[in-house]
Amino acid sequence: MYEFKYHRPSTVRQAANLLIKNEDAKLIAGGHTLVPVMKQRLAAPPHIIDLSHIEGVDGIEMKGRSLAIGALAKHAAVASSPIVGEAIPALAELAGLIGDPAVRHKGTIGGSLANNDPTADYPAAVMALGATITTNKRKLKPEEFFQGLFTTALEADEIITKVSFPVPKKAAYIKFRNQASRYALVGVFVARLPSGVRVTVTGAGSDGVFRVEEFEAALQKRFSPKALDGLTVPAEGLNSDLHGSAEYRAHLIGVLAKRAVEAANNRA
Amino acid sequence: MTASPRNGTRTKRVHMAKISMIVNGNPVTGNIDPRTLLVQFLRENLRLTGTHVGCDTSQCGACVVHLDGKAVKSCTTLAVMADGHEVKTIEGLAADGAPLHPMQEAFREHHGLQCGFCTPGMIMTAVDLVHRKGHDLSDHLIREELEGNLCRCTGYQNIVASIAAGAKAMAKSDLA
Repeated sequence: MYEFKYHRPSTVRQAANLLIKNEDAKLIAGGHTLVPVMKQRLAAPPHIIDLSHIEGVDGIEMKGRSLAIGALAKHAAVASSPIVGEAIPALAELAGLIGDPAVRHKGTIGGSLANNDPTADYPAAVMALGATITTNKRKLKPEEFFQGLFTTALEADEIITKVSFPVPKKAAYIKFRNQASRYALVGVFVARLPSGVRVTVTGAGSDGVFRVEEFEAALQKRFSPKALDGLTVPAEGLNSDLHGSAEYRAHLIGVLAKRAVEAANNRA
Repeated sequence: MTASPRNGTRTKRVHMAKISMIVNGNPVTGNIDPRTLLVQFLRENLRLTGTHVGCDTSQCGACVVHLDGKAVKSCTTLAVMADGHEVKTIEGLAADGAPLHPMQEAFREHHGLQCGFCTPGMIMTAVDLVHRKGHDLSDHLIREELEGNLCRCTGYQNIVASIAAGAKAMAKSDLA
């Protein structure tokens, strides 16, 4: 790693001020993306701002008909929360599939979203459920927030504080893990909301999470795996690498979408 | 002396950090380069070499310790972020000369190791697993929960058996 100065703000405002004062500073929460990247010298921020000691930003609660999760909530907390388990069990399951138990004790939802790794799991849930991302400056919808590979709408002094998920009628997330890295080779989130059906895909797209409108329309008519019979996703624009060709990923999307619908229907 | 992308030459270290934490029940302090990983602080500053660096990329779990009672990968944790917190390493499971912790004893009895390199991480992960999921652990659950721990010697069979036995034994012991 290259040298840096470590800062430990006690409030979000202090953290934002540190970002303004130090142009190339990076935020750290769980550190399980930033520390490995710094160890490989792929990033060398001269200032690190530790968010993990700021209190009150890791709560999990129902706010009306929305599930509000603080940005610093750890994956382990979301996975084991009875509130999440009751309101959106698919989200608890998704959190429980991230990394491994030790990683889940550190990783945060805010960190996952701010990083927007194209194989991360949370973006699929956020886009499928139409969640609202609240920062210290404004509220953002998923379509505005996710802007491509490792890119979000967050400004230089902007910090995610909370993510609010509308509660779906039914939902499920199926993750097909890369055998080596255990990240999503393809992950599909299906949600049946009062406003309609959403199908989102992570891992496969070269630009990050995306919706499959054709699947959504078919499932809107009939929320059953059979509704997806014969429907395919074009391989164009999907990732192709040693772990799987674009065609393989396209095929997987169809398979996983059907499994997700079945899983959503099978939930009591 | 440290190189930096900003000047490429030898520079004086200007950003040292004073830290203090409780390790295995004892207060410790250090004055360290902020780049110091928790695993380095434990092994090199405190000479607690039971925690191992395996992959150094947060996959293998040889570096697992307990931070505020929860299993974390110390190779992916900065020591400065643990400032003010509590750490328990494999050495902290049982006092020197005292009887082994029930999970350690289970690994001994059920031959849960060969070279022993992954073992401290396996045991620390296992103890955390019992704290989270209780004393009656199915083989399937144990295998899933070992997602973050790799062993190159054993094929995991006896590790799983040791953890199941250790979990039961922990129910009858004061040693958490």
